[in-house]
Amino acid sequence: MMDIKEIVKPENLVYGKSELLIDTIMHYCPGCTHGVVHKLMAELIDEMGLQEKSVGVAPVGCAVFAYNYIDIDWQEAAHGRAPAIATGISRLNPEKFVFTYQGDGDLASIGAGEIIHACNRGENILVVFINNGIYGMTGGQMAPTTLEDMVTSTTPCGRDVDLNGYPLKMTELVAQLPGTSYVTRQSAQTAPAVRKCKRALKKGIRNVLDRKGTSFVEVVSTCNSGWKMSPAKANKWMEENMFPYYPLGDLKDGEKGNPVSNN
Amino acid sequence: MAKVRGAVVVDTEVCKGCELCVESCPEGVLALHLEVNSRGYHYSYMKNPEACIGCANCGVVCPDTCITVYRVKL
Amino acid sequence: MGELRLMKGNEVLAEAVIRCGCDGYFGYPITPQSEIMEKLMERQPWTETGMVVLQAESEVAAINMVYGAAGTGKKVMTSSSSPGVSLMAEGISYIAGAELPCLIVNVQRGGPGLGTIQPSQADYFQSVKGGGHGDYKMLVLAPSSVQEMNDFVDLAFELAFKYRNPAMILTDGAIGQMMEKVELSDYKKRWTEEEVVEKNGSWATTGKPASRQRNVITSLELDSDKMEQNNLRFQAKYRRMEAEEQRYEAIQCDDAEYIFVAYGTSARVCQKAMEIARDKGLKVGLLRPITLFPFPKNIVKELAPKVKGFLSVEMNAGQMVEDIKQAVYETQIYRKVEFFGRMGGIIPSPGEVVDALEQKLIGEEK
Ligand SMILES: Cc1ncc(C[n+]2csc(CCOP(=O)(O)OP(=O)(O)O)c2C)c(N)n1
Repeated sequence: MMDIKEIVKPENLVYGKSELLIDTIMHYCPGCTHGVVHKLMAELIDEMGLQEKSVGVAPVGCAVFAYNYIDIDWQEAAHGRAPAIATGISRLNPEKFVFTYQGDGDLASIGAGEIIHACNRGENILVVFINNGIYGMTGGQMAPTTLEDMVTSTTPCGRDVDLNGYPLKMTELVAQLPGTSYVTRQSAQTAPAVRKCKRALKKGIRNVLDRKGTSFVEVVSTCNSGWKMSPAKANKWMEENMFPYYPLGDLKDGEKGNPVSNN
Repeated sequence: MAKVRGAVVVDTEVCKGCELCVESCPEGVLALHLEVNSRGYHYSYMKNPEACIGCANCGVVCPDTCITVYRVKL
Repeated sequence: MGELRLMKGNEVLAEAVIRCGCDGYFGYPITPQSEIMEKLMERQPWTETGMVVLQAESEVAAINMVYGAAGTGKKVMTSSSSPGVSLMAEGISYIAGAELPCLIVNVQRGGPGLGTIQPSQADYFQSVKGGGHGDYKMLVLAPSSVQEMNDFVDLAFELAFKYRNPAMILTDGAIGQMMEKVELSDYKKRWTEEEVVEKNGSWATTGKPASRQRNVITSLELDSDKMEQNNLRFQAKYRRMEAEEQRYEAIQCDDAEYIFVAYGTSARVCQKAMEIARDKGLKVGLLRPITLFPFPKNIVKELAPKVKGFLSVEMNAGQMVEDIKQAVYETQIYRKVEFFGRMGGIIPSPGEVVDALEQKLIGEEK
């Protein structure tokens, strides 16, 4: 029998923490998707050698403290305005890799205007969109993305579409805009999904470096504490309920200037 | 028979016991410990270390990046 | 001697912006200041100095573009008029809270609401007392001529960077639309990327090299003790502005018994009113605040013992008059401080101002 000590040696390392992830305990609830996506962004910026080129824009939402976790320059946005802030940064510094990291309340509700116009102008930025169907930070209220009949703290009897309208598919909307070149919907609940999500984010980053216009990566996510489920159960619930309405896959992969999907 | 052996090191103080690594392990290596860390979380540990193949799925899904994975070819 | 031109206030401002080495402008059209962006777009400074000009989808977006761009350590600005500036209030509060330099131009029109497109000074409180949420201040400069629309651009940027604080040029539709002779400033080069890093690399999002800690631009601090420390630091900065930056013009105040206090367009009216009053044998001076924050209260305090009273002349319902009263109160001497103003986009006439002086200040004495 081989001793663990024989295996645990630097030369045998196959997976470890990226150096760009700051050594601190994240404030997220156990099992939160934000942590996984933060990690992917840190790994990619690290692997692609972009630390000095990167500026992240943190949202208002649970990810407001993203700047405490990835060792790059950051700016913290007003609620929903991250795409405008990223526009300002990127227009003045076109050689930089600028990305926003936004929740669904931030991006699809209060910031619906800013995201549409940034994507329509084809701002050379990556948008990372965490769609957990809920307002996490403020205590689990309805988001524009909340599914029909889904219970939240402001839809205690479930989302009634007559009262609250329909779950908003931002990614489909954004894919229609000629300013976007890459629009995709991913998830991060299993190891294969995380690896795939990482490839999508990488493509988005590459597009920014190649000045291809806006890249938009939605990550269908869980908010297990907001949904009042265990992390594992939340993943299952997401697969069963979120994926049918928010189907995974690329919506657009091409060149800026095309209004619709050309993949 | 697997031609590789793996090992997982959990930073038990950082672990929040979300159990996603346990779920993701194809070989049933991981489990949550009966004991808790200083923040009150049951942390993940290798319950069946011999079964580990170093696939790193646990590390990949871990939201708190508290898992380091090693692998050797036998 | 710089280049002499006959130009509109708004256009001069745009020209001055390009010439002072500004890096970026983000704005949204609104009367009576749309010429600023129009002029910039016509001039295409990106082909000349490399300055970025972008029409945003709203004032909310414009101010947040400025917030992002200011975070990079460069010279950036926006301009708008009253309703648009209200929309910017949240963003300005973030900029002040994150201690970023930028220039905001408000070419005021009458309110509240959609109000009128005619000139007004009704945004005095909004500009000098904060406007958005939280305890913050902007440096506020009030040009009263087309020449000052040129001169204050550079000054505003200088102060904004000196204090890492938003600066505002608070003007109104009359000055924005007025044509006057102006001596344009000479061109200054935009800062190079290296200069930006050298000057502002300690805080700006210039990209994190191995040699420094990451820079984080934020106004958020959940730890109350630390947040209070931040607030105290801001307040200390505002007090420093008050100590060092009070600017004004005092015209014929030396022998004056009565002082008109007015800025911007109403100061121009008061200049004429002063001449009429002097012709009538009344000893009247004009104190024209140039900085509205910091309010030039030292000169008010200096004048108070020597004069019989002050008349604040404003194009609003009486806002700056409160700052004059406060300054006079601090002298512990009683002096009359009265107000005269017109609203709705109406510019008071010099005759009206003299009448007000006679009725409100002099009349009572008789
Ligand atoms: C102008 C403004 N309105 C409201 C809020 C309160 N607020 C903070 S976070 C949030 C919702 C965030 O939800 P989401 O974007 O879905 O992100 P999550 O927390 O789920 O990651 C709200 C409404 C705010 N900070 N600012």
